[in-house]
Amino acid sequence: MDFLRPASWEEALAAKAEHPTAVPIAGGTDVMVEINFDHRRPEYLLDLNRVELLRDWEAGEENVRLGASVTYTQIMEQLRAELPGLALASHTVASPQIRNRGGVGGNLGTASPAGDAHPALLAAGAEVEVESVRGSRFIPIDEFYTGVKRNALQPDELIKTVHIKKADGPQQYSKVGTRNAMVIAVCAFGLALHPETRTVRTGIGSAAPTPVRAKEAEEFLNAALEEGGFWDNGKIITPSIAKQFADLASAACNPIDDVRGTARYRRHAVGIMARRTLGWTWEQYRSTGATLEGAA
Amino acid sequence: MRVNFTVNGRPQEADDVWEGESLLYVLRERMGLPGSKNACEQGECGSCTVRLDGVPVCSCLVAAGQVEGREVVTVEGLAEYAQQRAEGHQGGGCATGACGTSLDQAKRWEARPADSQTGEGVELAPIQKAFIDAGAVQCGFCTPGLLVAADELLERNADPSDQDIREALSGNLCRCTGYEKILDAVRLAAARQGEAV
Repeated sequence: MDFLRPASWEEALAAKAEHPTAVPIAGGTDVMVEINFDHRRPEYLLDLNRVELLRDWEAGEENVRLGASVTYTQIMEQLRAELPGLALASHTVASPQIRNRGGVGGNLGTASPAGDAHPALLAAGAEVEVESVRGSRFIPIDEFYTGVKRNALQPDELIKTVHIKKADGPQQYSKVGTRNAMVIAVCAFGLALHPETRTVRTGIGSAAPTPVRAKEAEEFLNAALEEGGFWDNGKIITPSIAKQFADLASAACNPIDDVRGTARYRRHAVGIMARRTLGWTWEQYRSTGATLEGAA
Repeated sequence: MRVNFTVNGRPQEADDVWEGESLLYVLRERMGLPGSKNACEQGECGSCTVRLDGVPVCSCLVAAGQVEGREVVTVEGLAEYAQQRAEGHQGGGCATGACGTSLDQAKRWEARPADSQTGEGVELAPIQKAFIDAGAVQCGFCTPGLLVAADELLERNADPSDQDIREALSGNLCRCTGYEKILDAVRLAAARQGEAV
């Protein structure tokens, strides 16, 4: 095994181009587990800890530019106003020690359907900026996950920045597990209200081969809210709309039975979480009409 | 490969490190610092918790090559680390003008058979004393990780709520005590810290 330690982003891209099989390591919270357990013996480890650019973030007009290595702890503590859904999701990641090391870039690179950040990214709306020596490109988050632990990255590409839409309304995140800390999601659900476009976006974690949006549920809800004038009159969403939304969210799942839960349970739980997160965010919207920090 | 880094305030050099090796392995097997415990090797249990540039991390999930040029504090160096912090060498102490050795401290200085590497001969850190006084140690396996995590909590939050303590220690598993005495110990250390100010 070789340990590559690029000091800059350019060096990192050059190293990845030269050794496309190199496994990038940043927080190490996924990669080291695989190495410790002998599940993986990469020819090259590409350490990204020295690449400063990956640790930076910046809140612009519309988007937050989040460096791939910005830790979950930083997101929780410093980006709660701009990215409330992702901040809530970050808070559910493992433990303080893990949140001090891990970041969204790793979640995307691993592309596990159970990664905690995915539902929040899907709900907020995001693009993943990836780069190689050939150039850079932006991958919409909806197109990023291509299979179980597979993503749209080419072998010579590295994840640079995640461009996430700044919240223009309340966002919520919910995750089912056996306890509060150190839990891989049985399933998870993220929901973001976008009052500016009068749309609702969702993200489902751990209930399909990849993280997915509940698109039919979103379409139904967008139409129902528009038709009922809910965005303007701020009325409570009727139970029948909420139920239909929950049922459609459930139907968007394609889960499996595994050690953490059954497919049936996951479908059920996603429906419940969809209804609850809709209720929470809508209450926030009704009471303030403005962006709120997450309140789980 | 060779890795140069600082452990408990002293520059160290580890040779013949395998590229996939964890910081935990280097500390235990190459530096002779077995205080950080090796249990789950997947970041679940927190018994290998150390400070990496001041930040609590699971040393089993840090690749040895990633610590090049960085600073690590293990449970063996915790007492000295805490002492230096109390004397104002660490963190925000300097802002108050408390940097350096005070005349009082200088007068009290004496040569001691102390070793910051092994932790032997050094007076225990307040959090360590509190763990003993509260009976928070049973088999002791999880204790080093809990001490490092709890010490860091009290460093940034002098008066933590029970919720703060639970959250700060949520990455550390104990299979003996049921956590109550551990929580007592952290409360005790916080209370003593408050009295001392």
